[in-house]
Amino acid sequence: MPLMRYISGRLVSGVFTIWFIATATFFVMHWVPGDPLSDEKAVSPEIRKNLEARYGLDKSLGTQYWIYITSMARGDFGISYTQKNRSVNDIIAMHFPVSAMLGALAVLFATVGGILWGAVAARYRNRWPDGAIMFAVILTVSVPSFVFAALSQHLIIKLNQLLGFSLLPVAGWGGFRNMLVPALVLGLGTMAYLTRLMRASTLEVAGSEYIKTARAKGLSSLQIFRHHEFRNAVLPLITVLGPAIAAITTGGFVVELIFTIPGLGRYFVAAVQQLDYTVIMGTTVFYGAFLVLMVLLVDIIYGLVDPRIRLQGKGAGVRA
Amino acid sequence: MLNPNGAGEPVSAAIPVELFEPLQGERQRDFIARPSIGYWQHVWLRFKHNRIAMVALVVVASLVLFAVAGPWLWRVDPAAQSIGSRSLGPTLQRKAEVVSWRPWMFSAAAYQQSMADPAVDVVVADANTEFVRLWWRGVEGAVRYEVYRSIGGDLASDATGLPLEDIEAESVPRLEDRLDLRQRDYTYIIHAVDERDQVLQRYSQTVSPSLAIAIMDAQLEGLVPVHMAVGDIEGTGLVLPAHPLGTDHLGRDILARLMYGGRVSLFIGVAAPLFYVLFGALYGGIAGFLGGRTDDVMMRMADFIVALPFLLFMILFRVLFDVQPGESGISAMLVAMIVLGWPSTARLVRGQVLQLKELAFVNAAQILGARPLYIILTHMLPNVMGVLLVSLTFAIPSAIFTEAFLSFIGLGVAPPAPSWGSMCNDGIRTMLSHPHELMFPAVAISLAVLAFNLLGDALRDAFDIREGVTDG
Amino acid sequence: MATEPPSLNTLLATDSESFFVLSHVMEGLAQYGANNELVPAIASRWEIDESGATFWLRPDARWSDGEPVTAEQFVYAWRQAVDPKTGAPYASILYPVKNARAINTGKLPSEQLGVKALDRHTLQVSFEQPCPYFLGLTAFATYYPLRADVVERYGARFAAEADTMVYTGPFKLEQWVHGSSMRLVRNPEYWDVSSVALKKINIPFMTTSAAAVLNLYKDGAIAYANLDAETLREAVVEGYPVRRFRNGTIFFIEFNFREARATRNADLRKAMQLVFDSATLVNKVIAVPGNRPLYSLFPSTVRGVDGPFYREYPAKPLAQDLVLARKHLERARLAMGGQVPPLTFLVSETPVSVIIGEYLQNLFKQSLGLDIRLDKQIFKQRIARMQSGDFDMVLAGWGPDFDDAITYGDLFASWNENNRGRYQNARYDHWVEVARQSSDQTERMNAMAQLQRIMQEDIGILPLFEGASVYLQHPELRGVRRAIFGGDPNYKHARLEKAE
Repeated sequence: MPLMRYISGRLVSGVFTIWFIATATFFVMHWVPGDPLSDEKAVSPEIRKNLEARYGLDKSLGTQYWIYITSMARGDFGISYTQKNRSVNDIIAMHFPVSAMLGALAVLFATVGGILWGAVAARYRNRWPDGAIMFAVILTVSVPSFVFAALSQHLIIKLNQLLGFSLLPVAGWGGFRNMLVPALVLGLGTMAYLTRLMRASTLEVAGSEYIKTARAKGLSSLQIFRHHEFRNAVLPLITVLGPAIAAITTGGFVVELIFTIPGLGRYFVAAVQQLDYTVIMGTTVFYGAFLVLMVLLVDIIYGLVDPRIRLQGKGAGVRA
Repeated sequence: MLNPNGAGEPVSAAIPVELFEPLQGERQRDFIARPSIGYWQHVWLRFKHNRIAMVALVVVASLVLFAVAGPWLWRVDPAAQSIGSRSLGPTLQRKAEVVSWRPWMFSAAAYQQSMADPAVDVVVADANTEFVRLWWRGVEGAVRYEVYRSIGGDLASDATGLPLEDIEAESVPRLEDRLDLRQRDYTYIIHAVDERDQVLQRYSQTVSPSLAIAIMDAQLEGLVPVHMAVGDIEGTGLVLPAHPLGTDHLGRDILARLMYGGRVSLFIGVAAPLFYVLFGALYGGIAGFLGGRTDDVMMRMADFIVALPFLLFMILFRVLFDVQPGESGISAMLVAMIVLGWPSTARLVRGQVLQLKELAFVNAAQILGARPLYIILTHMLPNVMGVLLVSLTFAIPSAIFTEAFLSFIGLGVAPPAPSWGSMCNDGIRTMLSHPHELMFPAVAISLAVLAFNLLGDALRDAFDIREGVTDG
Repeated sequence: MATEPPSLNTLLATDSESFFVLSHVMEGLAQYGANNELVPAIASRWEIDESGATFWLRPDARWSDGEPVTAEQFVYAWRQAVDPKTGAPYASILYPVKNARAINTGKLPSEQLGVKALDRHTLQVSFEQPCPYFLGLTAFATYYPLRADVVERYGARFAAEADTMVYTGPFKLEQWVHGSSMRLVRNPEYWDVSSVALKKINIPFMTTSAAAVLNLYKDGAIAYANLDAETLREAVVEGYPVRRFRNGTIFFIEFNFREARATRNADLRKAMQLVFDSATLVNKVIAVPGNRPLYSLFPSTVRGVDGPFYREYPAKPLAQDLVLARKHLERARLAMGGQVPPLTFLVSETPVSVIIGEYLQNLFKQSLGLDIRLDKQIFKQRIARMQSGDFDMVLAGWGPDFDDAITYGDLFASWNENNRGRYQNARYDHWVEVARQSSDQTERMNAMAQLQRIMQEDIGILPLFEGASVYLQHPELRGVRRAIFGGDPNYKHARLEKAE
């Protein structure tokens, strides 16, 4: 099974990637000034020594690294410094699904919206729908997401006041109703990006010879779009989708903050500011693994969508 | 079209030269052609004829001019504060009276006298934008007076407003208000409250403070000389400078800040994306072109970079560059953004190159013996230009906002130096009450982003070799 | 609540969110009453003298699982707190208890701690040295009792979930959804349960974004919302009844007195003091009602002998004088060899401190021509620089731990870890000792007045302002106590009343 060999090869190199990530992050983190035990109110040197011993910070950096890597290999990310009695595994297990759910919905919005608007814009190139869509795209990218988040909250309040009951919650976490608006806001930037990309690649494909051939054969423009343009135009989108999924899932920090959603993004940014060593390491390594998997998945899908591309791994060419 | 760029290239040497016969004169007669133009000339020609592109180019040039040359024309220090004129909308010059605040000296006799008229309950002793002083008729049984202030003249009968102060009942019940006074109408509401928190009496009084500036502020802003005696300056009038785009929350001139901020934002916004998109394109191009194990290793490297926590590495780069407090650390920011920013472009370009590699014209060129670099430059580059420019134009606003976010947490420009992004960050807090503080920098960013987008579009069209040459 | 409490373990908690929750679900020997005065809690009466204290516990005090609260549980908790193995950050608050410091530094075993249970309901404490403010300490979270059986049963997971701890307070934690919310319900086993009116409190973990909090209030999702300058304006426009509360926090510039620092120069500090006006900062820069100009290291909430300290011992207000300030600066310049070097001013990245930082930077530049480098740092980096002394001036704040002026007063004693500028003054240290040990309240307050005077003359710090919080509270919610010490706000006596 060449495909299996390809995947297992990629997984092995993925493990190395993750190990690199863990090592780089570990040393940079310890190199950066400040330490996780300091706090607004200072503690006496005696208490500090007790705290250092409790967290194993009194050992040499090399020992700490060895301890960390070995326990990481066993899947144990340690105990958080700031959330004093929660393990990092617990934190990830509890908050990643939230980020993932929100992220998945946002990616869905972004992809469907991006492909749709991009295709429409390309079809009506240089006519008013194109102009309107491109204007909206530029507006979306030149306004930061926290402005959209704040504005959408105001709109929800106005809507709720108008209706006289709470149709959509202003913030918080619970059901699907809570996810709708934050996911839309979160996916907006990526949607704009994908719209532009889709428009550009559709135009590119539209100019190619086989489309002309198809047109010459007398196929309807809808058929051409469905069978030829769409599949090829979507390709560049898929390439960026892997990192984009990771970015959306991990980068929802602002949206999570404003909509008070208990996602992992908030914990991660707080952890960097607080220099919570174990949480920084745990989430970075976890995200790294997530990213590696997403990229692999995207590469496989890429092969499925575009028969011209060969997945190449360990010398064996795979035609997926 | 095998060779779109029209320049000479080595044709395969496999065919013996003897087989070729020079063409004789007759074809020369009906030779109808434009002068031969190279690829880059062609691009420029097409670009020049695109009206939108030229408009965008003019906008970009004016923005650069605004940021670079603007400060020579509008000579206002972007860091200088006039704390008395904070959060102003666009204003012309204004006249203000110089006042000096001293502890309120008053006499019980003057109070008694002013209360002689039974119709008067509240007396306004002073009303300027530095201090408002009121006293009012005492209420029998009141233990304290709760004073509220609201904006405007007309009020509902139960409205209160901003809770200013709780004042214990004394022989002369009075209030001095110095909190955030502007030149507009205020209504003060005074509730006389008894021991059981019951409101015994409600007074209300509308006040219109006159524009004033404190001596100390006037001295600091250089409007009056420092060594002049207080008595000589007090009560005189002076002219406060104009602010065409208003002032921010510390009374700094927004126009001057936009000009200086443009330098940082345009530099970061253009330089960082340009470098990392170029590097990413090159990296992705090589990975995609070479393929195989090299591609594999190179792309795993890209995954590695993407997964690194940006914030942590940003701090690291500042340490490495030895950025001292108060220094902007723009170079550290630039390097961090370049080092950590390129993988997304690399992936994009690699994907495109993988796809192009299988296309007929590339195969043909390879068969004809073209060198890899040549193929990359002439066949691949023009074909990935579209997605490349899209990713470049999108990197510009994201670079501007990354700078803003970093400045916000103290890893970007050092205060008081402005940047458009950090001005947006400041403005967002006062979005509802003083929208101009957000609007002007946001408009500047949008304008720049729009112009670069249109420019990118025009370049994409101009680079697109597959469409007709004559449609420009 | 802005964020989630990191820990509800009374020995490990250090932040206001944890203290807020703990003050509802736990109770110690004494507690704060409606006017922030100390009233009996688990202990029904006590005797405190120079050598120690005795507390008599209520026999009817019970944990939420029905077990009685005993003196042994206090002994266990306090021993745990000072045990080096626990690594409790607030262990030093127990140092007035005999041998606490020696145990915490590993010199003595924890059994030697000067506290013992005479019987099930009598607790006897012996002091290291006289401690007239000890009662105030017993209301602090580190002094709460702990159940040895519960702590040992759950180990590291103790107090990490709602069902891994037991409660002595008016409420108990019914549900704790990490990253989202907590639900408190009335504790039926609480000895004073009849005076608790609220059945249930939902506490969502909010954002630090004041705008989002106000939006939730507008939408009726929450009954209590803190405001900042901008949301305050909006709330006033909407006509909401805004309330304010002085919470006893003080903000000040700490100067660095370490070797070779320009800020050691008294003339330089004097010049800065002469151009700074606290009232301008409060009224024009912060512009939120309730904040007060500050000329002392004691805020207006500190008690004196009979009334407020600031009435009994008013600090001298400072007048600005640009001409005199420049004379002092000139002298400083000459002393430094003709040039005042650039000064590093360390601030945090929160909006308010950046605004204050930028205001002062410009003020000192316009008035004195000083080159102030604003060093904006995120939390841990800022703390690191404060500890290593890598600054000339730092924007600092202080909230009180317990109800006594000494919580501010000993801040700048030469031995205090929180004295980040390493200010050293033998006279200051002397008066701190007097204030710590004397049992005569007048003598102690006279000593505090000396501290206030020395600090103003010596300019060890430049007081900026006294803080206040401005907030919205649903009109039907009454009886919420704003607390200066312990968790704030307190809902123990809160009730819902329909508006008339």
